[in-house]
Amino acid sequence: MIKIVKRDQPSRAIFFLTPVLAIFLTLVAGGLIFYILGFKPFEALKFFFIVPIADKYGFSELLLKATPLCLIAIGLSFCFKSNNWNIGAEGQLTFGAIVSGGVALLFYEQQGFYILPIVILAGAIGGMLYASIPAILKTYFNTNEILVSLMLVYVSKLILDYLVVGPWSNPEGFNFPETRQFSDSARLPLLFEGLRIHAGIFLALAAVVISWFVFYKTYLGFQMKVSGFSLKTAKYAGYKGKKMIILVFLISGACAGLAGVGEITGPIGQLHREVSPDYGFTAIIVAFLGRLHPVGIIFASLVVAITYLGAETAQIFMQIPKYTGQVFQGMILFFLLASDYLLFFKFKFIGSKK
Amino acid sequence: MIIDVNFVGLIIASIMASAVPLILASCGELITERSGVLNLGVEGMMIIGAISGFALMTVTGNLIIAVFGAMLAGVLISTIFAFLTQTLITNHVATGLALTIFGIGISAMIGKNFVGIPGKEFPILFESLKDTIPLLSPILFGHSIVFYFAFALPFITSYFLKKTKIGLIVRAVGDSPESASNQGINVKLVRYACILYGGAMCGLAGAYLSMIYTPQWIENMTGGRGWIALALVVFSTWNPIKILIGAMIFGGLTIIQFHMQAVGVRIPVQFLTALPYIVTIIVLVVISRDSRKIRLSTPSSLGKSFYKDN
Repeated sequence: MIKIVKRDQPSRAIFFLTPVLAIFLTLVAGGLIFYILGFKPFEALKFFFIVPIADKYGFSELLLKATPLCLIAIGLSFCFKSNNWNIGAEGQLTFGAIVSGGVALLFYEQQGFYILPIVILAGAIGGMLYASIPAILKTYFNTNEILVSLMLVYVSKLILDYLVVGPWSNPEGFNFPETRQFSDSARLPLLFEGLRIHAGIFLALAAVVISWFVFYKTYLGFQMKVSGFSLKTAKYAGYKGKKMIILVFLISGACAGLAGVGEITGPIGQLHREVSPDYGFTAIIVAFLGRLHPVGIIFASLVVAITYLGAETAQIFMQIPKYTGQVFQGMILFFLLASDYLLFFKFKFIGSKK
Repeated sequence: MIIDVNFVGLIIASIMASAVPLILASCGELITERSGVLNLGVEGMMIIGAISGFALMTVTGNLIIAVFGAMLAGVLISTIFAFLTQTLITNHVATGLALTIFGIGISAMIGKNFVGIPGKEFPILFESLKDTIPLLSPILFGHSIVFYFAFALPFITSYFLKKTKIGLIVRAVGDSPESASNQGINVKLVRYACILYGGAMCGLAGAYLSMIYTPQWIENMTGGRGWIALALVVFSTWNPIKILIGAMIFGGLTIIQFHMQAVGVRIPVQFLTALPYIVTIIVLVVISRDSRKIRLSTPSSLGKSFYKDN
């Protein structure tokens, strides 16, 4: 007989093993779905997960997609660790892109080393401003941050749409919904000739290092952890709850805004309607899959970035709809949450001795 | 200026029609939340309902099978959520998000072969009475059965929660799962049932969109209505009758957009589209400011997992 027993303490080994289990189960379930849809499961999985990153170009694309995911997820981990449910990173990314794009357009005819830092800073500030809305409403008006941050995603995309179609559209652009090209000084430099991977990856790596330091070496990190476990304890310990809520939202907004900067000043070089293929939402999955740990998030962003590339490759080679990527992303989170059960419970085998 | 009363009636009727999916999904989610479960997967369940209804209608040609099939699809997809949150005790917020992402993906996958296919006409009731009473006729007559059901649902839900024994049990489970459990109520079972019911209503809301409101399949056609439905539940302070009012306001905002454009009011279309979201935020701020009121009307155990050692 098997009995399910609650563990006295969550198992630390399983804490970092379950993401691997979740990925494995997702592959199995994904193969099954492909089979049901009438594809050869192994071939489909190969096109989905191996073919896209088999060459140098593919690997560069992987890093290109993983960069914003990693950056946003790092920011979100500040929020999630302290029990703040910011699910509007997509909006903060978009608004960051709008502000930095606006600044870049101001300098569109100019060259100079000073332009890029201003553009990057503007993106971070834009993201922070946008994230401060749910944060302030939560702290001072007791408003649910989940719904507010999410509603703001739609609003930000409509602002962007208005700008690129209307006042900011390229005067020489034949009414295409896009702005002028930014000047070269406002562009993040490419790292290798012929590949699209750009210097934005250093922003992500810096975020990883800084967040690791804050989480594990500072008093703030400790406060966040305590508030995450129990808000009552945090209150009892006298932590300034409101300040912390606003701070984690600002950090998270800045990261999302920077991801927005990377998207528009990297390979694209202008603002247009779609600055992000839902990176802000996907990054939520990345944050969880990486266990809100900076190093975990690096690996998780790489894994989840493959689902973007795989969806594209599978669409081209096998006519599998590109939305399959989202199906995989949803499944990863399902399986991850489900396998968390093993953290708190264990199976005990009771022999049928007589 | 002469105002045509029938035109006013038609506008009100179109506002009501756009409120239908919101009412259905919100009333479903309200029951789920009253039992203490926060399911953020409304958008995902609605879109699954939309594609299932449309696909079944196209394949079988039978509208009854399609409508009930869409509800069943909502139930099935919410079973994943119920199993995870109730049996495996996962976090409600994260699981709901996964449900939405998964739902949008899988609906687009299924829907690939249904893009561009015209829908079927859905039968309407009381068509012969459409021109009898000025102003009221367009409002009262000539709608689908789902429309009438949606406007009855808040009252049924209110009666169910206040006057029936099962309704009382649902509320007890949401307000204090511990005491309910001590009274011999199977908390897990009640919550399972409430989640699946919510799934069925969201499925129906989706089917209304793809089969009746705009009879066709478009990827991502729910377009954020699921999230507005979630906001409506908070807006209503968990009172079904107020959902009716809220849904009419939001339906109104959607319809005003079209008419303002037609009249030639020079406001950017994006601003009008953003209006429902902005108003939702403002309304949330106004009602949440009174923290005592929110605390009194919110199901106490909302979003918290319940685990009973046995």
